[in-house]
Amino acid sequence: MSAASTAEPAFVAKTKTGRITDFVDARVGGSGILREFGRKVFPDHWSFMFGEVALYSFVILLLSGTFLTFFFDPSMAETHYDGGYVPLKGVEMSVAYSSSLNISFDIRGGLFMRQVHHWAALLFVASIAVHMLRVFFTGAFRRPREMNWVVGGVLLILAMAAGFTGYSLPDDLLSGNGLRIIDGVIKSIPVIGTYISFFLFGGEFPGTAIISRLYMLHILLVPALILLMIVVHLFMVVVHKHTQYPGPGRNDNNVVGYPLGPVYAAKAGGFFFIVFGVIALMAAFFTINPIWNYGPYDPSPVSAGTQPDWYIGFVDGALRLMPGTFGDWHVEQVFFGHVFTFNVLLPALVPAGILFTVMFMYPWIERWVTKDDREHHVLDRPRNAPTRTAIGMAGFVWYCVMWAAAGSDLIATHFGVSLNDVTYWLRALFFIGPVIAFVVTKRVALALQRKDREIALHGRETGRIVRLPHGEFIEVHAPLDEYKRYKLVGFESPQVLPAVPNEHGVVTRKEKRRAFLSRWFFEDRVAPATPAELEAAHGHGHEAVEAAEGSRSLTH
Amino acid sequence: MGNHSDGSPNHSGTVATAGQNEVEKFQDPGIPPHRLRLADTDPKAAKRAERQVALLFGISVVGTLIFLVAYFAIDLGDDSSIATIRLQNALLGVGTAFAMLGIGTGIVHWAKALMPDHEVSEERHAIRYEEDRQAAVRIVDDIVEETGIKRRPLIRNTLLGAVALAPLPAVAIFGDLGPRPDDKLAHTMWAPQDGKRKRLTRDPDGTPIKASDVTIGSAFHVIPEGLNELEEGKLNEKAKSVVLLMRLDPASLNPSAGREEWGYNGIVAYSKICTHVGCPVALYEQQTHHLLCPCHQSTFDLTQECKVIFGPASRPLPQLPIAVDDEGYLVATSDFHEPVGPSYWERDSHERSINS
Repeated sequence: MSAASTAEPAFVAKTKTGRITDFVDARVGGSGILREFGRKVFPDHWSFMFGEVALYSFVILLLSGTFLTFFFDPSMAETHYDGGYVPLKGVEMSVAYSSSLNISFDIRGGLFMRQVHHWAALLFVASIAVHMLRVFFTGAFRRPREMNWVVGGVLLILAMAAGFTGYSLPDDLLSGNGLRIIDGVIKSIPVIGTYISFFLFGGEFPGTAIISRLYMLHILLVPALILLMIVVHLFMVVVHKHTQYPGPGRNDNNVVGYPLGPVYAAKAGGFFFIVFGVIALMAAFFTINPIWNYGPYDPSPVSAGTQPDWYIGFVDGALRLMPGTFGDWHVEQVFFGHVFTFNVLLPALVPAGILFTVMFMYPWIERWVTKDDREHHVLDRPRNAPTRTAIGMAGFVWYCVMWAAAGSDLIATHFGVSLNDVTYWLRALFFIGPVIAFVVTKRVALALQRKDREIALHGRETGRIVRLPHGEFIEVHAPLDEYKRYKLVGFESPQVLPAVPNEHGVVTRKEKRRAFLSRWFFEDRVAPATPAELEAAHGHGHEAVEAAEGSRSLTH
Repeated sequence: MGNHSDGSPNHSGTVATAGQNEVEKFQDPGIPPHRLRLADTDPKAAKRAERQVALLFGISVVGTLIFLVAYFAIDLGDDSSIATIRLQNALLGVGTAFAMLGIGTGIVHWAKALMPDHEVSEERHAIRYEEDRQAAVRIVDDIVEETGIKRRPLIRNTLLGAVALAPLPAVAIFGDLGPRPDDKLAHTMWAPQDGKRKRLTRDPDGTPIKASDVTIGSAFHVIPEGLNELEEGKLNEKAKSVVLLMRLDPASLNPSAGREEWGYNGIVAYSKICTHVGCPVALYEQQTHHLLCPCHQSTFDLTQECKVIFGPASRPLPQLPIAVDDEGYLVATSDFHEPVGPSYWERDSHERSINS
């Protein structure tokens, strides 16, 4: 062994870059890492960029946020404004609000940084949400990625926490009313609600402590947790390697794409600058949170059409939808001398609780129903998992109904309809919206699968109409090449798994429930086309294809 | 219909039924053949792409210059106008956008047009290997065995107890985050002080209101006398004591038993803090005598003692009993007869102790 190594001449780097790499490597030992990652393959798809947008928004948030901390003062002490914004000169306000105004009007680029920070925050939460929708609808949460799905869900909650704590910091009228609502919700919590409210605000609302406490959470605790979760998230991405969309040459044992260096690194790195540029454009031309229009916080005034930032909207909308009384029956009840504020508690906790619980549990629910414990690295096209897609759309529509309810007053004024009617409609949609969404989505997904099947078996429409000798008109279909066809037929279509007895020969109640769900999931299915069917389609014409389909699968 | 090129050998004419039997599948044809780009074959196109990338980087330089010029050349001064700030903000943003988008689009164009675009396939490795797994399980077993924790339950149980209790101080130390609530939420500034009734004054300037100033159909935003002179906790007191004052035709009011004397000639005062989650109920619809909360649209009917007629609130707005003093100013005859604002756990017992 040693003889062999002395016989070979030592490897000498030939280029300057090579020598620098070698110098660093000799001191920190990075060659193993570079060998592992330098040419690591990443699959490419536009829908994989949402996670990148979230990561880059977070970097921009750290950069712009650090700038803002140099000038922001989170004190709630009273002061009289003496800055560049004339309409508020001499007005009594908190130091926090005054320093936010100074950032906007007296510090060059301060307004720009505030705008960048707020737009990046909105984009951060939005891109996380869209990224999670992508992961859900493509089934990327399946083994081995269940835990990373949970980490992603935690990141979504942390992002909302970061957003809300930051939103309140300027201590303006709008965010103050937001805090007032939070205070009202906290007070509705049984037993400890009043205490939590007093502990959070350091006494009665609004007190003089809340802004500096939120500031600490906003610039230290929450970002540190987000950073930690991002590290865990990306570490698991590296361990699992990225998922890929189905297609020719792609399977669960490989990963097809571009090598990290140089193509993928260049694309991803360049994309950071593009995200930054787009946020800068938004900050330049679209005003966000013009705090100088709202004035300092005062418990008495409120402006009509108040809106929270978009990601808190669904909770606010749920608060609006819940009726406080049914005729003369009050939803708020007193039992044994204690108040149960169900008209606040239920809408504040139940919808968000259901959404997040189902979201966190879904990978395990589907694994239990399908008994599928295999590793999946190839994604599902959403149409090829009709029931999952329908569940996702039902949840999405439910969320959107609550979200729309947060703007019920604006809907009423913009469309000139009665506010009460908007609320009644949204209350109805709260219950039937998800059901409609489920049914429609499932039918659309099955229809798209049937269309895929038809294209795979009969080819694509060419638009060329031919008249046959006996007078019939037909449209010529061009057969697909094998790569395109494989994309349409290369998927799994799980079947109903009936209940099976356990080792004691008993079919447990749990197993019966599982079998019921399995039937609900996979009763309606479209099987992928097979070579035999293609053969039949060509040999016998269309009728044979109809006959070829199994009794349970749908015909076209 | 045309020839087809799936590699599978032809089957006999019988059609296999999809379903229970092993269904044969299409063979994976592998990664599609690589298609060359224009820049791969035509040196002119490659040169053109190179110039485009350089141009985009050049645009970035221009953007950086725009930013610097906007930062140094535009003077905000002492009393800068909104227009100046708007101009500077727009130019700083455009400069940054050009600087960033120039670099970003340049690099992406470079990668897409000029860098090799061969898709490659890489094997996935198992997340763990059987050998590792067995070794790991053995190591964990050995560690547990060497601690002897299974054989010595006394150590295990006392450790569990100690560890379970140890975090309690970390919770308890936050006890001074706030004072105890006691009955602070049950009282407002409206309670008469030393037998002197508080006047109703205008929000925000604090001038007292004469009953004769309040015409039918008008509404006043009201704060208690002395609020503006408070040294500490002004906002805390204001958050509980703000009141809406309105005058209606006395015939349209329907006071319940015991509340006939709470108004004066059709003038009534109600807490402005919504009983839902505490927003100010700031909208008064003069024609219908409805009060509307702009946050969650709870609607209260003045003619029914502010009963909830729509929206998420569950309780009526508390009424402030008012009268007129010797000089004709409106005064509160007592504090509210129930806690104002959103409900809380102890609210009912507070209300009972106020009225006992």
